[in-house]
Amino acid sequence: MKIEIKNGRVIDPASGFDGAASVFVADGKIVGVGETAPRGFRAEGVIEAAGCIVCPGLIDLSARLREPGFEYRATLESEMAAAAAGGVTRLVCPPDTDPPLDEPGLVEMLKYRARQPGFAQVHPLGALTVGLAGQRLTEMAELAEAGCIAFGQANHSIVDTQVLMRALQYAATLGLPVWLQAQDSHLAHGGVAHDGAIAARLGLPGIPVVAETVALATLLQLAAATGVRLHVRRISSAAGLALIRAARAGGLAVTCDVTLNHLHLCDRDIGYFDAQTRLDPPLRDATDRDALAAGLADGSIDALCSDHTPVDDDAKQMPFDQAEVGATGLELLLPLTLEWATERNIPLPQALEKITAAPARVLGLTAQGYGSLAVGAPADLCVFDPQARFTVSRGRLRSQGKNTPFLGRTLAGEVRYTLCEGHLAYSADRLL
Amino acid sequence: MNRNPQLNEHGELIHLLTLDGLPREILLDILDRATPFTAVAEREVKKVPLLRGKSVFNLFFENSTRTRTTFEIAAKRLSADVINLNINTSSTAKGESLLDTVDNLSAMQADMFVVRHASSGAPYLIAQHLAATKRDHIHVVNAGDGRHAHPTQGLLDMFTIRHYKKDFTQLSVAIVGDILHSRVARSQLHALVTLGVPDIRLVGPQTLLPTAAAQMIEGSPPGAPLTVCHNLADGLRGVDVVLMLRLQNERMQGALLPSAQEYFKSWGLTPEKLALAKPDAIVLHPGPMNRGVEIDSAVADSDRAVILPQVTFGIAVRMAVMSMLAGGSGGVQS
Repeated sequence: MKIEIKNGRVIDPASGFDGAASVFVADGKIVGVGETAPRGFRAEGVIEAAGCIVCPGLIDLSARLREPGFEYRATLESEMAAAAAGGVTRLVCPPDTDPPLDEPGLVEMLKYRARQPGFAQVHPLGALTVGLAGQRLTEMAELAEAGCIAFGQANHSIVDTQVLMRALQYAATLGLPVWLQAQDSHLAHGGVAHDGAIAARLGLPGIPVVAETVALATLLQLAAATGVRLHVRRISSAAGLALIRAARAGGLAVTCDVTLNHLHLCDRDIGYFDAQTRLDPPLRDATDRDALAAGLADGSIDALCSDHTPVDDDAKQMPFDQAEVGATGLELLLPLTLEWATERNIPLPQALEKITAAPARVLGLTAQGYGSLAVGAPADLCVFDPQARFTVSRGRLRSQGKNTPFLGRTLAGEVRYTLCEGHLAYSADRLL
Repeated sequence: MNRNPQLNEHGELIHLLTLDGLPREILLDILDRATPFTAVAEREVKKVPLLRGKSVFNLFFENSTRTRTTFEIAAKRLSADVINLNINTSSTAKGESLLDTVDNLSAMQADMFVVRHASSGAPYLIAQHLAATKRDHIHVVNAGDGRHAHPTQGLLDMFTIRHYKKDFTQLSVAIVGDILHSRVARSQLHALVTLGVPDIRLVGPQTLLPTAAAQMIEGSPPGAPLTVCHNLADGLRGVDVVLMLRLQNERMQGALLPSAQEYFKSWGLTPEKLALAKPDAIVLHPGPMNRGVEIDSAVADSDRAVILPQVTFGIAVRMAVMSMLAGGSGGVQS
């Protein structure tokens, strides 16, 4: 289908283009961006984008779909609807499904189930160790062939540093990237909140910042020693960010991301034991939050992710320490990126880069044009009204996960249309 | 941040969940109301009819004989019907969620839940659930939640201190021991700050103090009354009140402390250590005591220790809290 998206403000962070233009789509690809249609182009459908911004579809570096194994929490269908409504056209899912993504068959099934017109492209992260147990290596070559874009451990750490080193060596041998969260499981043991003034007051067992920095120092050393391509997921502290900066200054090609929760919230938001703020890693203090927000702006943090984790109500309506970690986020990625940009005076193209071109770079997918509006790139597009405000409510969220610390917040930035490889995945007027 | 869930929109107490942020007037009101209740115990008929016809459910998700008994006595002296539930051995063992339990008991026309739970914040979850389901005529009293708060213990300690020392604004107070894991210490600390104590010392080894111990008071400016001491002698020097904490045996596991003997040597309250405090300093302990671990028998049995009066006052304070929440505005007729 040939589609013209007209009268919008087109922002392509990858090329730096920012101006009034039409985007022309044919056969699932972008065939032109400009004032006039490419020769011979005749639109079969027109999207009116006056007052809206047209940008590449969002790329989310961490979104749990809960399949297989946790279908009572979410299904592929429910979460793909959420992705489309959030303008997300490409996402990376962590391997902590049940069973974990440690066998090629599971990955193939997930890829097959997700391969539907109008669904976001799913990039599974393969398990680095069997069962995420941190003991035996998975068949990474086979898993990569099945479609794993990188390897990780989700919320589980590899306690045995010899196993960790060998896993990194093996991945490096195959040229496969490794995505890990830096959290020392011993130092974090039993903790449920940032080890600071709030946890001390509320009597919540703490997870100290050193749980992140100790693990991060180990990871960075091992990455340097093995030459593996390392991406650090969900950085949470100023001290952790400083370690990454130092490693980069020393020449290590390491990347990292931050979640929208950690970008906007801190331990103070726990309030009176609000289990919505029970997250992994824990929300740290306001200085950490501000350092992360500044680090994302200056490029020390490469990308912003939703860390979308649907958690059912029964698992959240518990005392804080017993409540399950995680929050829904796919539909909040865009508005909370805009909020960060507004609060910190970040130009819109630079802000959008953190959820389009930058994550494409982390994924190593820029050569194919992903995360950009280049002619010939897949027509993954998001059209949104930056002024339209809405209140985050359970009823409005399409995800089966209705729990987020942002419930009740009014945010600006409403997605009007989402295109996945030229298919209309979402339009605000009706669900397709 | 939401409104403090223990106060209603008029700033009146509807639940007692914590002493953190509890206004000074309410705190003093509870202590004042408790005073006449101490006399009730002296009467031939130890009962007043303030909670007649009300049902008080003791919901103990964690074992406790002492606290549960004092709440039970307090409620019975107020003429309430008391139902004791030890839930760690009943429904949650069968997989029922905390809120399901609360819903079931609410349906039995409860007027008050006295809750003890191993998780910090569990009574908040119950109070918020009752509010969300429009049942906030049911009052919640926190009888100890995780490491967070034990407000009636904090109040009875304040009652005891006031009984012996009268004026809070001239006092030096040491809280000694396992502050990290202690809900009692947190409630004491907040009450002492609210009542204007100018010198509060948190005394213990680093492993038993929160990392951010010095910032445990909301919005405390530099120069606030709180200091952290890692040396018992410094902590006790010249104090008027010593608040001892119980050391749980399981602290010897998990690399927090080497042994009970070494703890006693460094942090145990002996007559020699107590001699550093003011000559008329009093010693409190929430019980049960570990003699020879945190406190020497020579101190525990001396006239400096006011540990048994604490227990007696505890009943009066709990009567004051319960009658204030569920008994309307009446007091004791003398």
